[in-house]
Amino acid sequence: MRVSELASKESRVTNHSDATPQYVITAENLTKRYGDVTAVDSISFRVPAGEAFGLLGPNGAGKSTTMKMIGGVSQRTSGSLHIMGLDPEQHGPEVRAHLGVVPQQDNLDEELKVRDNLLVYGRYFGLPMSYLKPKADELLEFAQLTDKAKSKVDALSGGMKRRLTIARSLINEPRILLLDEPTTGLDPQARHILWDRLFRLKEQGVTLILTTHYMDEAEQLCDRLIVVDKGKIMAEGSPASLIREYSTREVLELRFGSERNASIGAELEGIGERLETLPDRVLIYAHDGEAALEQVTARGLRPVTSLVRRSSLEDVFLRLTGRSLVD
Amino acid sequence: MTRKAELTKKAELTKPIQAAGTTTAAPALRAHSPEVSAARARRWGAFFYAEQVLRVMKGYGWTIVMYGVGQPVAYLFAMGVGLATLVEANGAGEFGGVSYLTFIAPALLISSAVMTAANEFTFPVMDGFKWRRVYYGPHASPLTPEQIAGGQIIAVTVRFLLQSAIYFAVVALFGASPGAWGWVSILIATLAGLSFGLPLMAYAATIKEDRGQFAMVMRFIVMPLFLFSGTFFPLDTLPLSVRWIGWISPIWHGTELGRVVAYGYEEEPWLTIVHVFFLLGLAAAGWVLTKRQFAKRMAS
Repeated sequence: MRVSELASKESRVTNHSDATPQYVITAENLTKRYGDVTAVDSISFRVPAGEAFGLLGPNGAGKSTTMKMIGGVSQRTSGSLHIMGLDPEQHGPEVRAHLGVVPQQDNLDEELKVRDNLLVYGRYFGLPMSYLKPKADELLEFAQLTDKAKSKVDALSGGMKRRLTIARSLINEPRILLLDEPTTGLDPQARHILWDRLFRLKEQGVTLILTTHYMDEAEQLCDRLIVVDKGKIMAEGSPASLIREYSTREVLELRFGSERNASIGAELEGIGERLETLPDRVLIYAHDGEAALEQVTARGLRPVTSLVRRSSLEDVFLRLTGRSLVD
Repeated sequence: MTRKAELTKKAELTKPIQAAGTTTAAPALRAHSPEVSAARARRWGAFFYAEQVLRVMKGYGWTIVMYGVGQPVAYLFAMGVGLATLVEANGAGEFGGVSYLTFIAPALLISSAVMTAANEFTFPVMDGFKWRRVYYGPHASPLTPEQIAGGQIIAVTVRFLLQSAIYFAVVALFGASPGAWGWVSILIATLAGLSFGLPLMAYAATIKEDRGQFAMVMRFIVMPLFLFSGTFFPLDTLPLSVRWIGWISPIWHGTELGRVVAYGYEEEPWLTIVHVFFLLGLAAAGWVLTKRQFAKRMAS
């Protein structure tokens, strides 16, 4: 389907409302199987233009596979998928020309210099050098790599390589940016620099599709996300609405020592709305964490440590799957 | 929504991004539309990738030139001058009435291209799929796997041509290419390189774990082909039990053709045609297999 066809189809459906967003990505019952293993199990979602859309889930949830299908580099087993109204399997080059892609593993050309990596990549889009040279300088500035322009790639730190990969993905001025685990393996400072850059792109109206297994990253960057586990969508919504729906306002974390964590459950019965026992700690979900802690001490229980915090997406995931995001 | 409104909306969607920090005073940089990118990539994609490979090759450009010059000089001195004094003492009749140097020069030219092929179509392919995964960068761009394979082949072909031209120039300086059509051996060497290299590339693209397969290829395929392809002595001086190695060897077919153009070596015309078709056929089969394997491996 062409973009115009999709646009007219959407407009037929939503003729009465001009506020209805146009979708840059629509996936319906998208499925990918590798032999007996179903990596992506009939998932459906739509992403309107300009949204920061996240796929949150543990390793092996099917996030990267989904990204590869969106990126037009992996064939789906069944279901339908359209990017800018185009099926990536029939219009691979056209779809990929719309995208910027930041893969999970950096695949920069280590034998080329930093700036040359950008120039060479731009050539794949048939962009002329008269555009690429100033654009490369602009992107190096954006990625805070200007003074590294002439360095070899293997002299860069992990964070710098990541930023260079992002700069490379922007060389064709894409309106959709796919980021697969953009900050995995980076130190906290490098992550914050990267988030800041992604925020700026979002402000410019770039649609961001990102996968992550970091709940803080998802909370920081995503307008809306799907929680994925074992190839299926477990929940969908904004970070705040997911937390509201699947967790309480606050969480009381208690540690009684690894021996007692498991057996203490019965003694905490009735405090808060819900109790979750993990190997290293006990979580009490309550509207008021401090009040819950008072109840605990009133029962004569003395945890080694206690902490009251706001609910996060981690709690949502735990609730939905019974497992932690990062193992 | 009106048609016009739709178009505005579409234009809005495909509007390019401006990187942060760009001043409005500077002339706005604009990439061409994704449609133009896709159309150009569909048409010229293989050349775009070839450009990248050649840029990387430029990094070891001196090695290529030195290899191109140094190897023939060393071989021509050792074999064509040193060994030749012994060989020619036994009468030059064995070598079709030409000097031993003239006899082995085409063989060395062809062998050199084939050995380059054995390097350029093995380790870089492994690097592309596995070690540094360099193929997966362009794979996310509008380029197709077939174009990535094609681009690499184009770049290596350029190397074959350059290296063979240097080799030929050195040979000519030694006075070892008396015929007017000697320069055609540059093209023959390139073809021989592809005819050996492309099937090898298809094989390299199937390798998922490096267990020294390429060293085995060098030792058990390239070396025997180099030695038993009528390189240093006519193939028919060998017993039939090993002569077949020559018949299936791109080095032999290339060398015989090279001798025809370099000094008018006389052979049956049908045999000359067989040489050409053998080399073309092997290269074509290798190309088909390579394309298929690249597409298959990258789509998984």
